[in-house]
Parts: sequence; C-alpha cells; structure tokens
Amino acid sequence: MCGIAGIIRSDRQAVEQTELQNMIETLNHRGPDASGTLVSGTTGLAHSRLSIVDLSGGIQPMQTENGLLSITFNGEIFNHIELRAQLKQKGYQFKTHSDTEVILLMYAEYGPDCVQHFNGQWAFAIHDQRKQQVFLSRDRLGIRPLVYTQTATRFCFASEVKALFALPDVVRRVDLTALNQLFTFWSPLPPRTFFEGVSELPPGHSMIVREGQLKIWQYWSLDYQPSDENRSLDDWADELRSLLIHATQLRLRADVSVGAYLSGGLDSSITAAIIRNYTNAPLNTFSVNFRDKDYDESRYQQEMITELGTDHQTVCCSYADIGRIFPTVIQHTEKPVLRTAPAPMYLLSKLVRESQFKVVMTGEGADEVFGGYDLFKETKIRRFWSRQSDSKIRPLLLKRLYPYMKNIQAQSPAYLKAFFNIRENEINSPFFSHLPRWDLTSKLKTFFNNDLKQQLAEQDPLADFSDQLPPEFAGWNSFCQAQYLEAINLMPGYILSSQGDRMAMGNSVEGRFPFLDYRVVEFASRLPVRFKMNGLNEKFLLKYALRELIPESIRQRPKQPYRAPEANSFFDTNQQQARFEYVNHLLSAESLQANGLFQPAAVERLTQKIQQGRAIGTRDNMALVGILSTQILVEQMIHGRDVTIDNQTTATANPLI
Amino acid sequence: MNSIQSDVRNFVAENFLFGEDPESLQNDDSFLETGIIDSTGVLELVAFIEDHYSVEVDDDELVPENLDSINRLIDFIESKLKELA
Repeated sequence: MCGIAGIIRSDRQAVEQTELQNMIETLNHRGPDASGTLVSGTTGLAHSRLSIVDLSGGIQPMQTENGLLSITFNGEIFNHIELRAQLKQKGYQFKTHSDTEVILLMYAEYGPDCVQHFNGQWAFAIHDQRKQQVFLSRDRLGIRPLVYTQTATRFCFASEVKALFALPDVVRRVDLTALNQLFTFWSPLPPRTFFEGVSELPPGHSMIVREGQLKIWQYWSLDYQPSDENRSLDDWADELRSLLIHATQLRLRADVSVGAYLSGGLDSSITAAIIRNYTNAPLNTFSVNFRDKDYDESRYQQEMITELGTDHQTVCCSYADIGRIFPTVIQHTEKPVLRTAPAPMYLLSKLVRESQFKVVMTGEGADEVFGGYDLFKETKIRRFWSRQSDSKIRPLLLKRLYPYMKNIQAQSPAYLKAFFNIRENEINSPFFSHLPRWDLTSKLKTFFNNDLKQQLAEQDPLADFSDQLPPEFAGWNSFCQAQYLEAINLMPGYILSSQGDRMAMGNSVEGRFPFLDYRVVEFASRLPVRFKMNGLNEKFLLKYALRELIPESIRQRPKQPYRAPEANSFFDTNQQQARFEYVNHLLSAESLQANGLFQPAAVERLTQKIQQGRAIGTRDNMALVGILSTQILVEQMIHGRDVTIDNQTTATANPLI
Repeated sequence: MNSIQSDVRNFVAENFLFGEDPESLQNDDSFLETGIIDSTGVLELVAFIEDHYSVEVDDDELVPENLDSINRLIDFIESKLKELA
C-alpha cells in the first residue's frame, strides 16, 4: 500500500517542499519503494509508495496530462480494469496501467460521486485546480486511514498522525474526551482521535477543502433493511458463493505475489480455499503460533494446510516476544489498546515481508458481516433470559458459549446469572448488545487520577454515541443493531486499524479483505437474520454456502476469538518481576505522575497483583495493557521520546520463555 | 476491628479497589451491585479464603449469599473455621 500526506495553505503562501518531505519520511514504512512530492502553489501533496500495481508506471503524486488534477492515493481500486474500459469508451486516454490514474479520470468524469463506482480500499486526496479545491475520500468501511488537522494558516492531512506531528505548528496533546471514549468503546468516537485537534475522516465519508472551509459528508452507509424477497436457502447460498469468489479473484489483481493469512478459523480458511479452488494463483499461507497452548490454534491450521496443500510458514510468539515488540506496535497503532493481540499480527506481517510478499489476503470482516462473534450469541441469550430472569437452567446455556474460557467454566450457576445481570433499563437500550463489554471496559477508569475523573464527570459517552446513530437504527432487527454497532465502532476503530492496517503497514505489507467487498457487505445486510445466526449456530449461511470447500471439523469448531497472552507478556510471575525495563519505567510513580492520567498507588497495586500471579481475570489484564499502552503512546508521541527495549531485566534472560 | 474483618478488608482493598478509597467500601456493600468484584474476581476471593484459612470451599458454596460482601465473607469464613474445630 502507501502513505499519503499534504498541506493546503489558506494564507496565499507557497507550500514548502521540505515540510512535505518531513511529513512523508515518517511514512516510509507504508511506502518503502519510492516517494514523491508535488507543490502547486498553496497546495502540496506527498506520497510514499509500496509498488503493487503497475510497478514502473504508477508513480505518485500523479497528474493528469493537462496538470489540472493531481492525486496522492493509498489503497487499491480492484475494479480498475472494468472502470478503465468504461472511460476509454467515453474517449479518455491513459498513460499508465495503474488504478491511480483510473481514480483521477473517474473524478474528471463524475466529480466526487466517482467513489460510488469504486470497489476497493482507499484514502486519497485530489487537488482540483479547475475548482480550486481539494477532494478527499476514505473507503466505505475504514480499511485505510486518513487523519487531518487545521492550524491558523493551513489544513494538513496524512495517513498517520506521526506525519502531522512532523510539522512544528501542530500541537501535541492528549484528547481527554477521546481517552474517556476509548476506555469505554475501545476507540474514540469519530471524528476524534486520541490527540486533541487531530481528527479522522470517518469511513464512508468524503470531504472538500476550499478556501479554508471544510465540507464533510457521508456517501455510503450500512443499511439493514431486510430484503422482502422470498428466497430459498440455496438461492441465497449460491449468490453468496459467487460474490465471495469474485471478491477474492478481484483482490488477487497485482503485479506482485499475494499471500494469505491462515489462522485455523473459518474465515481465513474460506479465503485460502477459494484461492486454491477458484484461481490459478499459487497459495502461500502464513500464521502465528503461541508457546502458551491456551492461545495456540496450530492444530486447526495444520488441517487446512494439509487440505489445501499450501506452502505454509509460521511465526512463534512467546510471552517475551510480545512484550519486546509492544512499544513498536504502539508506535504504529497511534492509540492505546486494551489487548496485546496486535503484537503477534505485527510479527506475522514481518514474516510475510521477509518471505518477499507485499500483499496478503485476510479474513477480517466476516464476523461483523455474517454474524460470527460470541457477542451476538450472548446478546441473543441475554434477551431470551430477560423474559424469565429467575430461571436456573438458562445460566447453564452460557457455559455452552465459552468452552474455551476456563474461568467461565468454573462459575457456579448463581454467579453466572449475576454475571449477566440485566437491569430493566438495559433491555430497551439501543446498546443492549454492547453494554456488558462497555461496562467492563469503563471499570478501568477507576485508575484515572482524581483530577481527570473530575474533568470527565460531566461527560456521557453513551449519549455521544447515541447522537451518532442514524434514524433508521431504531427500526432494524436487534441482531442487525448489534452488527451495526460492531461494524462502525470496533471494526474500524480497532480490528481494521490497530490489528489490521497499522500492523501490516508497519512492515510494508498490504492487507486485502474479500469479506469487506462492498457488494458482499450489502448482500449480507439484506439477509434474513436466521441465516446469519440459526439458533446459536453462527455464520450459518456462510458455513452452508462454502461447505464443499471447508472440512467439517473447521466448520464445526467452536469459535475461538483471536487472543494473545496479556499481562504475562510484560511480567514474569515465576520471577515476580517485569520482563523489560521500559515496563518498570513507564509504570513507575514518577512517570505516571508526570503524565497526569493514572493514579500511581492504584497502578502499583495492580502490578503487585499481576507480578504475584493473583490477577487471572480479564479486567486486570485489560487494565495493565490499557495503562501501559497509554503511557508508551504519551512518551513516544507527546514527548517525542523513544521507548527502548535495550535494557532487559534478568527475567528475559531465559530463552525458553 | 477483629482480625478476620481486617484481613478480608485488606485483601479486597489490595486486589480490587484500585482507584477507590478503601474507606469508601461499606461492610454490607454488594460486590456485584457495585461492580467491585465480578464473577472471575470471585475465584480470586475463593483462592484467598482457601489459602489464608486452610479451608476448602465446595462448588455449591460458590454463591453470592456466602461471598458477595465483607460481612457475608466474614460470616462464611467464621462458619468454615467452626466446621474445622
């Protein structure tokens, strides 16, 4: 993929090329193959390239023949071949074979509406000298990032915040409201980012910058209006199969080799199987394994490897591997995280890059779109429960949900029932499905210091989110409401960014997502709910439609969410100490006090509990990861100081850990 | 404060009350209602009781009636110790 950046001045001064270069240098990891800048008076564009399509011709920033339109673009337009043919019929002529040129000429023909024709993933900016404006756009689901800020004299945009911070007039401050939202919803509510004054263009939105004014609008949205067609299961299955196969075939279009992630779960097994059975592309797969068997999925990976006959490689993660790479991971996420799961993804993309691949196919999106998450099952059970809350049998249903979670298995029915305690006002909340997660996450705010707690006391994150819900939301089936919340909050805010784009691009690898092809997404949102969740059988239609491609053991395997070791990555409970100096340093009273976000005494109690092996629950693990990642982020991006892992404590001396 | 009460209050403060003032926890506050201890936290409580007092907690004793507040914990521990005696 690539990195983009740009400056649009409103003070009639010319943009300085050195500033563009400073910005784009910070995005070298996104585009190591080439870089370029283009200054046209008060507007400057910059680009760092990861060459994938039209290796020799697709140089950027790119201009039309007459120089009136220029573009910097991160992403892929997979249907560029078809669009080029259409434009040629209208008389347009092309200099290159790149999808970049297709965007430029589609914009020349259709203006901002051009994006409705694109099947792909993108963040781009077009400088339109005819209209003296800059048109920016981001793909429908938030696969590619786009952040921006405005200072007194200019509007600046980029793929990542670090490029904006390369400019001396951009202020670096934590956005406390965003922090409050992240410690509720796992991500700030768009357009906020973790940094004050820095915004992100939300998924499915476009923007025009003209004479210092911003106009932002939504060009596409999820819609769960059910189809009123009376179709058989097989009919739906046939359409799904052909949409997915086509989506995968489109995403193999590249002038370089394409690999695939193979986690052992259903979704990546499907994408790999489609590549094997419906294309001539060689199949090279990659996965992550864990030393800690509680997280490891190698057995299932091996089944698919054997079934498909793929050339497979793995990277093995120990606790220390995760802790060691974590500061680098946060440098890329540019926001705090509540799980260490991004870290193995970073190590995985490193393996991909070292194996000479620049592109991987991956299965993200299937759970949101086809109803795969346990959260959806939980929600169904909780609703069922709320009709007869004293039932003794129902708590036992919950044990069926989580066969892989030891702690839940150990619960008595009385406690399970309390665990899913449903209050009157919750059952009617639009957020019913997500309240357990958000309530649990919000508990972490106990660690905020008293000043911060006071400042946040008047805020109501749920009300802020509620304000962003579209009017149609209330009319959707409750299962679809849960899917929607997941698709607009956790998916772009965490899954596609912190675990997805940022981890892959950190090693100059581009991810491609067949399940997020917009025709697949639109198809799935019209599906009758019973074909998404049939009883408690998740992703029902998906499994049915692809049953000939996927072994039964994989189809029937209980869903295992992708997880990685948490607190253990940072603390060795055998030796009762931190694994790395940076952990001690950033969780020290001095460092916590200096950043003014978390209470030193509270964090001390937490680290003691963890070190002594007493912290077994999700909450304590999330707290540790959330606090540590926030401290790392502030150190790196607010203070501009490196977090080095040179000094390892003796706990890491044992290579067997 | 008798020693069981202070042991239990200290354990809860050290392991569950991170950012709150320990004084704010009343002996009859429900852990579940206040959200201080969730159902996995209960397992940590049970581990504490078993280790600290050398008693065994049966599966069917894992109920809020026995574990869901400081007072209930004290009563439960006292009754287990009486059993031993």
